[in-house]
Amino acid sequence: MVNFLDLIWLIPLFPLAGAVTMLLAGRRLDPQPPSEVALAPGVAAASGGNGHGDAHGHHPAAPGRFLISLIGPGTVLLSLLFSAGAVIQLAGLPEKVHEVVKYTWIPAFFFHPAGGGGARLAADFGFLLDPLSAVMILVVTVVGFLIHVYSIGYMGHEGGYYRFFGYMNLFVFFMLTLVLANNYLLLFVGWEGVGLSSYLLIGFYFHKKSAGDAGKKAFVVNRIGDAGFIMGMLLMLATFGTVRFVDVNAALAGREPETGFGVLSAIALLLFIGATGKSAQIPLFTWLPDAMEGPTPVSALIHAATMVTAGVYMVARSSALFALTPQTSFLVAAVGAATAILAASIALVQNDIKRVLAYSTVSQLGYMFLAAGVGAYWVAIFHLYTHAFFKALLFLGAGSVIHALGGEQDIRRMGGLKDKIPVTYRTMWIASLAIAGIPPLAGFFSKDEILWQTWSSPLGSKALWAVGVVTAFMTAFYMWRLMFLTFHGRPRLSEEASRHVHESPPVMTVPLVALAAGSVAAGWIGMPKIWTWFGEGFRLFEHWLAPVFAAATAHWHAHAEAHHDVSIEWALMILSVVIAAAGIALARHLYLVRPDAPEAIRQRAAPVYNVLYNKWYVDEIYDFLFVNGLAKGGGSLLSRFDAAVVDGGVNGTGWLTRFTSTLSVWWDTWVVDGSVRLIAFTVKMFSYPARLLQTGYLQSYALVILVGVAVALGYYLMR
Amino acid sequence: MSEHLLSIVLFTPLAGMLVLLLLPGSNKNLIRIWANIAAAAGFLVSLPLVFRFDKNAEGFQMVERYDWIPALGVKYYLGIDGISLLLVMLTTLLGFLAILSSWSAIDRHLKAYYAMFLLQQTGMIGVFISLDFFLFYVFWEVVLVPMYFIIGVWGGPRKLYAAIKFFLYTLAGSVLMLLGILTLYFQHFEQHGFYTFEISELLKLDMPLALERWVFWAFFIGFAIKVPMFPFHTWLPDAHTEAPTAGSVILAAILLKMGTYGFLRFSLPLLPKASIDPWIVQVMAALSIVAIIYGALVSLMQDDWKRLVAFSSVSHLGFCTLGIFALNPNGIAGSVIQQINHGISTGMLFLIVGVAYERRHTRMISEYGGLAHVMPNFSFVFAFAMLSSAGLPLLNGFVGEFTILQGAFETNRAWAAFAVTGVILGAAYLLWLYQRTMLGQITNPKNLRLPDLNLREWAVFLPFMAWALWIGVYPKPYFEVLEKPVAQLVERVRPDYFAQHALAVQAPAPGAVEAGER
Repeated sequence: MVNFLDLIWLIPLFPLAGAVTMLLAGRRLDPQPPSEVALAPGVAAASGGNGHGDAHGHHPAAPGRFLISLIGPGTVLLSLLFSAGAVIQLAGLPEKVHEVVKYTWIPAFFFHPAGGGGARLAADFGFLLDPLSAVMILVVTVVGFLIHVYSIGYMGHEGGYYRFFGYMNLFVFFMLTLVLANNYLLLFVGWEGVGLSSYLLIGFYFHKKSAGDAGKKAFVVNRIGDAGFIMGMLLMLATFGTVRFVDVNAALAGREPETGFGVLSAIALLLFIGATGKSAQIPLFTWLPDAMEGPTPVSALIHAATMVTAGVYMVARSSALFALTPQTSFLVAAVGAATAILAASIALVQNDIKRVLAYSTVSQLGYMFLAAGVGAYWVAIFHLYTHAFFKALLFLGAGSVIHALGGEQDIRRMGGLKDKIPVTYRTMWIASLAIAGIPPLAGFFSKDEILWQTWSSPLGSKALWAVGVVTAFMTAFYMWRLMFLTFHGRPRLSEEASRHVHESPPVMTVPLVALAAGSVAAGWIGMPKIWTWFGEGFRLFEHWLAPVFAAATAHWHAHAEAHHDVSIEWALMILSVVIAAAGIALARHLYLVRPDAPEAIRQRAAPVYNVLYNKWYVDEIYDFLFVNGLAKGGGSLLSRFDAAVVDGGVNGTGWLTRFTSTLSVWWDTWVVDGSVRLIAFTVKMFSYPARLLQTGYLQSYALVILVGVAVALGYYLMR
Repeated sequence: MSEHLLSIVLFTPLAGMLVLLLLPGSNKNLIRIWANIAAAAGFLVSLPLVFRFDKNAEGFQMVERYDWIPALGVKYYLGIDGISLLLVMLTTLLGFLAILSSWSAIDRHLKAYYAMFLLQQTGMIGVFISLDFFLFYVFWEVVLVPMYFIIGVWGGPRKLYAAIKFFLYTLAGSVLMLLGILTLYFQHFEQHGFYTFEISELLKLDMPLALERWVFWAFFIGFAIKVPMFPFHTWLPDAHTEAPTAGSVILAAILLKMGTYGFLRFSLPLLPKASIDPWIVQVMAALSIVAIIYGALVSLMQDDWKRLVAFSSVSHLGFCTLGIFALNPNGIAGSVIQQINHGISTGMLFLIVGVAYERRHTRMISEYGGLAHVMPNFSFVFAFAMLSSAGLPLLNGFVGEFTILQGAFETNRAWAAFAVTGVILGAAYLLWLYQRTMLGQITNPKNLRLPDLNLREWAVFLPFMAWALWIGVYPKPYFEVLEKPVAQLVERVRPDYFAQHALAVQAPAPGAVEAGER
């Protein structure tokens, strides 16, 4: 029997090996058609559109491509098998924790933590498998594998096939590192790494400027969150002297919840800032809708099921910390609720099928943070897990629709597709019921539990619950608006699209069916406590995670139990189902029964509609304040300052030097040297008479000598 | 032989240069081949330093000490510790790669070009291994001359302006530094009765704080111009931009490190009282933080590819100086590692500009765009360099940056909070540059037929990439060689730093200490 527990470090490495192979040898396996290489302006339109080219039909089934299709999903399957093996073995461990440390990654030096004493800045390449990371690796590998398989079909006609799977595998590597890390610093490695993969995949169609813009925006906005994360780790180091989960939790054990905003609240807040970036919460959510520029499987895997939930995972991982910080926890819940309703309100009026789903994801992530904020960590993870199935399914279904229509994404130009692409329709139908919260589908259980916990937890409140319920109504409405517009009613397809419509190949529909099964049944291991006729086996999820969150819930659980009122819980549950049904009914009424009503409403409520349609103008405000104002404006101002003042000073000094030296030259020429020359001139002047004597003629000298001798002789003779 | 290892490392490039001068100037390839051989030899002879280096030894290793000018007390005195070791290896490897990268870029006055590079190698190595202040100063000035000619002869359109600015600016700084050195020299005579420039002797000086401060500022001018710290940085964009590619690489990767090295080797240990003077430390930190943010913001708005990279150096070097003046082990160690990292990442970024420049003869970002279509390998290497420079974990930059930030945080939390914005802006200017040059469609028909990297260019880039990955994934050896010298430096400046620890061990704080000893 293989000891999978000691091999958990291999789980991320399989996809890494795949990524390295693909990126090193990919171009040999999958020679690129010249059309991808030479892209002059104008010529580029050939693979324009959403990039989902219409080179449909001819499948370049080169053997190299086949190998890529094998390696890409295959490495993820290996990780899946090793994960499953490890999780099964973990279940057999009494302590439900297994740590494997490979080596010390950063062995930096001694420092003084804030409380005095000494510590060492160190971080291991260490992996931790506990019930929480077990859930995460299973979600990542199962959903990841299905999406990889789907991509074989979806990306089959695309250029850069090898590049796609290389990046996808790279993503899975980093994501698995993120959830298996045994310390914050290694978690941060995965954290940044998934951001990188996300950047690469959003910009996969890099010939499109919008794709490049979206990738850059995602990376930079995430970096803002990461700055918070880094500061959180630094404060954590200063407080506890370590970033290892086990050690941090040990240092937290026995502490009482903070009454004010103390150092723990500060750490939690900084970490949460990181989470708002990665998980697209207010104020850093704006990158996620733009990230839909990436191929649809990317949206499904990275921007719905896994990466964006990393923030929720991180908060849950830090539950022992967050549970001690009521103020930050409240903020987490409030931001979650606000994001949930804000994003849902935007989703009500969007027309791009992927954008609706993107805002839906932002909104659902808000639910997860709401749960985490009210101390219901296991519920947050539960919703993360059910959401992974139905949201991945929705995106893949949307991808299948787009695929069927040859690249069309606008739901106003769809309609009546349900009989033409039946598998896609039926699976998406299930997912839409699930996300709307209709029992007994997966979404119902997790969402209902979130609402109940928000109502009943001592950290929650009725107001937050109300926001959650309104959001649930909106969710049901926008999802079914999307469904009715896409699949029902009369077809509004473009000529070209309607000729093109076809159901996707099995390689794409089988993952859809598998995810649909998950969307139905995934929730059955987290049934409400009041459904007493189901045994405890149906509440496996909570029990499984209990050891991880034991320390966190210890502070609040006692209260929660006291609050437990069965009749209220029943009432709320029924209410939430009614609300969801009402949302669906309203969508049906507006988009099926009276298809002209939405336009009328839109015109009557134009201001509201415009605000929602333009996403509350958040992007415009950010662009104005931060991108163009602070960064670019500041940058150009400083550039000019640098040239004029700082460098001006240097050049000024140079000029001054030259000026003074010119002055010196003048002084030197006319004054210093001038006086010398004046003396010379004077001497010269006085020398003129003397020069008359010195003629150089021998005869003259002889004459002078003769005259002189004559004069001298005469003088002596006359005397 | 082995006891003269440092001398061999020091003079191999010079010997190579002397032979080079004897070669016939008409045979260009012969000159190229010989220059590459000499540079490669320079790197190979430095490898034994790594294997012989004892990371557990205190003080300097492989010491050579002879009288040079006995009348003045000047010694030929060489030795290395972990800090010098890393910088010497950076110099020998990058010097070789820079020369290799010049193969087709330079076609005029080849002999002089390569002679200058080899001479410069000796100068730079000398700076990093001299333990006699006079000898150090000689090498410090030697370095100026070849770089002046490299910029002035083989540079871009404004080469003369840039070369003269570089030369005069740095010379002005070093003259002030010389005054500082002479102050120490005469102080030493007053206190100990004999003249010497030896660092180990000068360490015994005990000067009043006021005098230390004066000397600190004198050194500061010399080193800060070299680093360069804000506001002494404006020679850098001109010099880097106008220099030929290999010149920019050497300038950024190694020459700038002479400044930071100066702080570490001289300012801190020789002037410990001034170095912890709160006012001085605050000024140093403030200038560093301004450099980080200012350099990044100015980078963002450059439309000249090379100038953008040049300004990013200002930002990165801000991290290095911030780490030094955090005055704790992690800050200083992070700073040294970041100096190496900056050499690798920015060296690569300049080489990348060089590759593009050699094909298109322009540095304007707007002339490019969509290069990833025609040069996929090049765009991959560029992405790698960009991520290394932006501090992506598992590549080199992150290890240095995080360690510096931790050190800064320990000393003053606000410093770290300001510095961390550099991490955001770093991603912004690099990604934007990448997008404008590599992504999108090819809008300029001249870019349509650009050849991708050739084998020689790959040979230049691969060592950089391997090194970046090594530091990012397994930085342990770097921390190991730095442990002793950094501890010694901190001990010297803050004698009570580790003493506090000894106290703490007797009364451990819960959690913290076990974690530390783990």
